Amino acid sequence: MRGVSRHRPLLALIVLLGFVFLYAPIVSLVVFSFNESRLVTVWGGFSTKWYVELFRDSQILEAAWISLRVAAASASIATVVGTLGAFVLVRFGPFRSRALLSMMITAPLVMPEVIIGLSLLLLFISMEGLIGWPSGRGMMTIIIAHATFGAAYAAVVVQSRLAETDLSLEEAAMDLGARPVRVFFDVTLPGIMPALISSWLLAFTLSLDDLVIASFVSGPGSSTLPMVVFSKVRLGVSPDVNALATIVIALVSLAIIVAALLMNRRRPMR
Amino acid sequence: MSGGGPLGRGALGRALARNRRRLVIAVPLLWLGLFFLVPFLYVAKISLSVPAIARPPYLPLWEWKDGTLDLSLNFGNFLFLIQDRLYLAAYLESLRIAAISTLITLLIGYPMAYAIARSPAGRRNLLLMLVILPFWTSFLLRVYAWIGFLKSNGVINNTLMALGLIDTPLVLMQTDFAVYLGIVYTYLPFMILPLYANLARLDGALLEASADLGARPLTTFATVTLPLSARGIVAGCMLVFIPAVGEFVIPALLGGPDTLMIGAVLWNEFFSNRDWPVASAVAVVMLLVLILPIMLLRRVQAAPEADASKAEDAA
Repeated sequence: MRGVSRHRPLLALIVLLGFVFLYAPIVSLVVFSFNESRLVTVWGGFSTKWYVELFRDSQILEAAWISLRVAAASASIATVVGTLGAFVLVRFGPFRSRALLSMMITAPLVMPEVIIGLSLLLLFISMEGLIGWPSGRGMMTIIIAHATFGAAYAAVVVQSRLAETDLSLEEAAMDLGARPVRVFFDVTLPGIMPALISSWLLAFTLSLDDLVIASFVSGPGSSTLPMVVFSKVRLGVSPDVNALATIVIALVSLAIIVAALLMNRRRPMR
Repeated sequence: MSGGGPLGRGALGRALARNRRRLVIAVPLLWLGLFFLVPFLYVAKISLSVPAIARPPYLPLWEWKDGTLDLSLNFGNFLFLIQDRLYLAAYLESLRIAAISTLITLLIGYPMAYAIARSPAGRRNLLLMLVILPFWTSFLLRVYAWIGFLKSNGVINNTLMALGLIDTPLVLMQTDFAVYLGIVYTYLPFMILPLYANLARLDGALLEASADLGARPLTTFATVTLPLSARGIVAGCMLVFIPAVGEFVIPALLGGPDTLMIGAVLWNEFFSNRDWPVASAVAVVMLLVLILPIMLLRRVQAAPEADASKAEDAA
């Protein structure tokens, strides 16, 4: 395209500036986590002492353990519920509650977190009054809350994957007499496995990251990692938060690289 | 290729026995219904109740007394929102901050999405991945990172002073500017992704035809590319605008005492004042304000699905 190629250097510059904007703060987080000085932004020599301090902070370690368990449980529920939702929307043709389900899958993606958090808390309190469950707030209520918005994200990821899969394998299996449930588990599910892995990872990281909803629905003794970090950060920058951020970034990058490699092996580039 | 209507494809779903089919539909429907939809009814209910010093801190909306249902609706919480100027100001301020941030995000995101869509095919996936990657690392920690950049002895001020461009540090933290920056930064991927999806589908032949007919690049952009990507623009803007209106973390960490956003007001009503009915009323009004943008988003999101299945049927 003639008109476009003339602008190629300009376009490359735009992308470059955009990525500098996106990554500069992240890079600085990592760099200053190795800073000797307590003043986070003044370089005082290389040191790993903030990592040592981080691993001595029992409050943070405890919160991290709670967060990891909540994230694993809620991501698993979210993937199951979200996959079923996506499957129903893409493969079931018209049914009565279709529009409602489709709305409930897109709305949580944009709904302000304060509203989701408040509304779920009020539901939990009323349910406790009516049927005695969930008794009190704690990990269980955070898991339910995170599974709900995670399911919406999972459904969107799986939906787009299901929409682009080739149907001929499923049809062939059914023509050969396999029962629908069997076809789903033997043909459909392996075909969308990469999407299931990405949606589990997505739901996991979203849960690990959520401050607002967890603050509403958590109870005493179930402070998640973001809740502890937020109360620390509100008082100002502290270098051990940088150390924590670096660990999170390293783990996430590792998980994404592994996931990308797995997916490329399963699905050769077309 | 065997296609289906816009309402779904494949015989697998249809082959399931009716009871099994219902069961499969019921799981996501009940889960999301109970934990996403029903809670809004409770917010509506509590917003009409009377605050009280109790656990939970409000009076019941209805009571059975001597066989009669005693129902007391209290619209006082909503009246309170109208009477106290703080709430109206917070709603307007949130809408203004969200709108301005959305516009800035669009101005940065559109060229990026365009550039990625026009880059060599082999590089596109990598670039997209780089756009999404920050979204996977903690949102809270990325907002925190900006504190280190913006504070008076932060990276930006230190650099500018070292270069001799300024003598005294600029006040960047706890300003509206910091809030705009935080929103633009965290929501940029949400703008780029729908725009990219839209621009990548754009038929290159149309651009060539326009150029062949003598249109200058800028004319082609304004008369062909821009109108054809309108749907991506609306989707991206709504994905940024709607959550930004209710944003809490960014104004709490980067904004100053004058930055009055409704998400923070709701938070304070709930956690500091423990006035749950007023917090609920704030949430109900926020939902009403956001219904229109949410419907707009659903319309532009539903449209490409229909387009895709049409194209598929034609193939």
